[in-house]
Amino acid sequence: MKVMAQIAMVMNLDKCIGCHTCSVTCKQAWTNRTGAEYMWFNNVETRPGVGYPHTWEDQDTWHGGWARTKKGRLKPRSGGRLARLAKIFANPDLPELVDYYEPWSYEYDKLLSAPKDSAAFPVARPVSQITGKPMDKITWGPNWDDDLGGSTETMSQDPVLAQMNLDVRTEIEQTFMFYLPRICEHCLNPTCVAACPSGAMYKRAEDGIVLVDQDRCRGWRMCVSSCPYKKVYFNHTTGKAEKCTLCYPRLEAGQPTICSETCVGRLRYLGVLLYDADRVGEAAAVEDPQDLYPAQRSVLLDPYDPQVVAAARRDGVPESWIQAAQDSPIWALIDTYEVALPLHPEYRTLPMVWYIPPLSPVVDQVTASGNDGEDHKILLTALSTMRIPLEYLAGLFTAGDTRPVERSLRRLAAMRSYMRDVNLGGAGDEDIAGAVGMSGAQVEDMYRLLAIAKYDDRYVIPTTHPETPRGIAALGQDVSDLIGAGDGSPEACSVSTFHGQSTLRMTSRGRAAAAASAASQPSTPGRVNLLDWGGDEHASGLFPPAPSEGSDR
Amino acid sequence: MSALDTLLWVAFPYASLTLLVAGLVWRWRSDQFGWTTRSSQLHEKAILRLASPLFHVGFLMVIAGHFLGLIIPKTWTDAVGFREQAYHVLATSAGSLAALLTVVGLVGLLWRRFITQSVRLATTRRDKVMYVLLTLPILLGTWATLSTQLFGQPGGYDYRETISPWLRSILTFTPQAEAMPTVPLAFRLHIIAGFLLFAIWPFTRLVHAVTIPVQYPTRPYIVYRARQASVSAAPTRRGWAPVDTTTAHEGAGSRGA
Ligand code: HEM
Ligand code: SF4
Ligand code: SF4
Ligand code: SF4
Repeated sequence: MKVMAQIAMVMNLDKCIGCHTCSVTCKQAWTNRTGAEYMWFNNVETRPGVGYPHTWEDQDTWHGGWARTKKGRLKPRSGGRLARLAKIFANPDLPELVDYYEPWSYEYDKLLSAPKDSAAFPVARPVSQITGKPMDKITWGPNWDDDLGGSTETMSQDPVLAQMNLDVRTEIEQTFMFYLPRICEHCLNPTCVAACPSGAMYKRAEDGIVLVDQDRCRGWRMCVSSCPYKKVYFNHTTGKAEKCTLCYPRLEAGQPTICSETCVGRLRYLGVLLYDADRVGEAAAVEDPQDLYPAQRSVLLDPYDPQVVAAARRDGVPESWIQAAQDSPIWALIDTYEVALPLHPEYRTLPMVWYIPPLSPVVDQVTASGNDGEDHKILLTALSTMRIPLEYLAGLFTAGDTRPVERSLRRLAAMRSYMRDVNLGGAGDEDIAGAVGMSGAQVEDMYRLLAIAKYDDRYVIPTTHPETPRGIAALGQDVSDLIGAGDGSPEACSVSTFHGQSTLRMTSRGRAAAAASAASQPSTPGRVNLLDWGGDEHASGLFPPAPSEGSDR
Repeated sequence: MSALDTLLWVAFPYASLTLLVAGLVWRWRSDQFGWTTRSSQLHEKAILRLASPLFHVGFLMVIAGHFLGLIIPKTWTDAVGFREQAYHVLATSAGSLAALLTVVGLVGLLWRRFITQSVRLATTRRDKVMYVLLTLPILLGTWATLSTQLFGQPGGYDYRETISPWLRSILTFTPQAEAMPTVPLAFRLHIIAGFLLFAIWPFTRLVHAVTIPVQYPTRPYIVYRARQASVSAAPTRRGWAPVDTTTAHEGAGSRGA
């Protein structure tokens, strides 16, 4: 046994309102640059739907993930090492920009610069960020079928639907819809890493975050096609691969990822899992794809087991991380309550962002037919008769095995009716809990974690420096420092002070470019890091320079 | 030998090779972030899928051919009983095939580079200079082969009596350029264009050819790296390389972005 720690995420799909806030804040933080316009490290897709990039789940086309050979070994679906080198001059599986979408902006300045009394109404035309030319008609985007808009044309291309029969398909179009926010899965067995010829991609030994070493990436663009989730992107300006970093500079300081921090539905959980690195390969290679979900669970180690704790200490997992693994909301949702499921385990990468399947399609259906959507008998009956959402969800989360999805949804349904009794002043009905194999107390604990958990219960992230406060405590100091709490206040723990930098690091090229642009456009205000600004000293660049003497204003 | 000849066949090759070697070392040390193929496949795939493998395979054959013809002395091939006639036939046919692949591939690459709009807009000034200086020696080399070996006098031109000894004399730091002024013009132009290409090599995207991922076939699939020795998961195994953050040079702070 070799114990390693992994920071993992769970998303509770019932609570996602599809607002795309997570995507936008991630973009502002990470991909708001030339060459990265089309990248969405976090994207939110409407399902059923084709997703982003277009039909990414269709591995017959993209050849992402691993394939099991006849001998029971694993090989990237796109080919082994020599086959990959043979294909290095042109990668046959690489998506083109049109498979994502052609990014565009609008001529906003036309709105401001339009003459005052112009007869024509000023418009901001869309302009391609690739060619710089106006785009007369925008025909595809990263969430084109949002809220099933235009889905009559595209939905039938959903690869998960394609696995189902036609009756199911037509019925699903009328009955149900939910949102699926997606980030990099920070897999235990990542094909992106396996496919990188130069060894620039790696999994961090301490926290399992999968990263691209920007200095060692040589632009062979093999990771992009090998990731079955299509979560590595190629920056066409720098010629380097980029991906979700799990916001590691924030995690190291004990703060949640930006997409979690800003999630409007508060549906994301972050925490530590312990796993047995020696058994990863074996679990990823089980024969039946439907066994992959239990196999992946068997790789995760019980953080309360004294043997596991001893082995973790032996293998150098810090004490604070073992503690965090025991407090982990992720472990509770995956193992204790068994409601969280992995996304497409059949790709054999052992993904580490898990999902609680949405019960709301079932509840909506029940209430729409005039029944009580909080009565457990009605809900559980509905679950056993409404096979369609179940089968679709199983296609997403368990390689088609409906049993784990059903167990998860039954527990969510039981929680609904059990907690209604409690909220109405009654004692919880143990029979309801018993019907899904839980006790009343367990149901209440699960309710607390799923419905009303506080910031520090949702994000249990050990810092890399154990003495530094984490979670909301660190955030509080940040905020008090921002508004200037005065002398004697504890030193702020912001992301950049934590990393020992008062300003952002820049490459020499970046500094030269910034200096050049400052010289050529003196009226443009510079950048100020407001989060680190104490509020008392002068921050140059915050305001445009005062008008010079003699100007008439 | 005139001063011009000394300049062209002694000074210039050394200047060019110095730029090549020193330039590669300098760029390797100062610009790891810029060391990439800058693949344009995201913009255009259909032409690239044919043109790039054709060009690369052809060009690698060309490199191998140059190595055989220029570096290996004629006396060695003679010694193993490889007659001049057989050598000539083999070299000319394989060389023509390589040239065909390279030129067809190059035309495809140039077409998409300068005609396909999205690729053209992603083309830097360096790319343009690189393509000019890449195309020149390829075309001149093809012309030299066609005009002397295929359609010249029977038996062709035996560059292994003139050019090869000269190149080896350069590489062994005993420059002897007496024979060079007698070499056919097409070859002389090809050589000069070739050394011009070497001179700019380190400053273009062609550096990607130096970092061929030869270690990939022997590496374990999954790469782990530890952030700090103090918190790393011991013991270190094959394929586990710790990241040294203490001697971070420029750009190392942005690892992983
Ligand atoms: C075996 C070593 C080499 C490998 C593995 C390699 C691989 C690659 C790759 C992956 C690309 C990117 C293609 C794309 O996606 O746009 C590329 C581009 C290119 N390579 Fe190589 N290369 C090698 C050697 C060479 C050599 C020796 C040359 C000599 C001139 C060369 C010239 C080029 C050129 C000109 C391009 C640019 C194509 C474009 O216009 O986009 N390569 N190479
Ligand atoms: S999801 Fe992330 S870790 Fe997994 S293969 Fe894709 S890029 Fe790699
Ligand atoms: S973890 Fe960070 S980088 Fe990754 S999707 Fe979320 S915000 Fe983006
Ligand atoms: S911010 Fe939260 S609720 Fe909004 S789309 Fe993203 S995951 Fe869903």
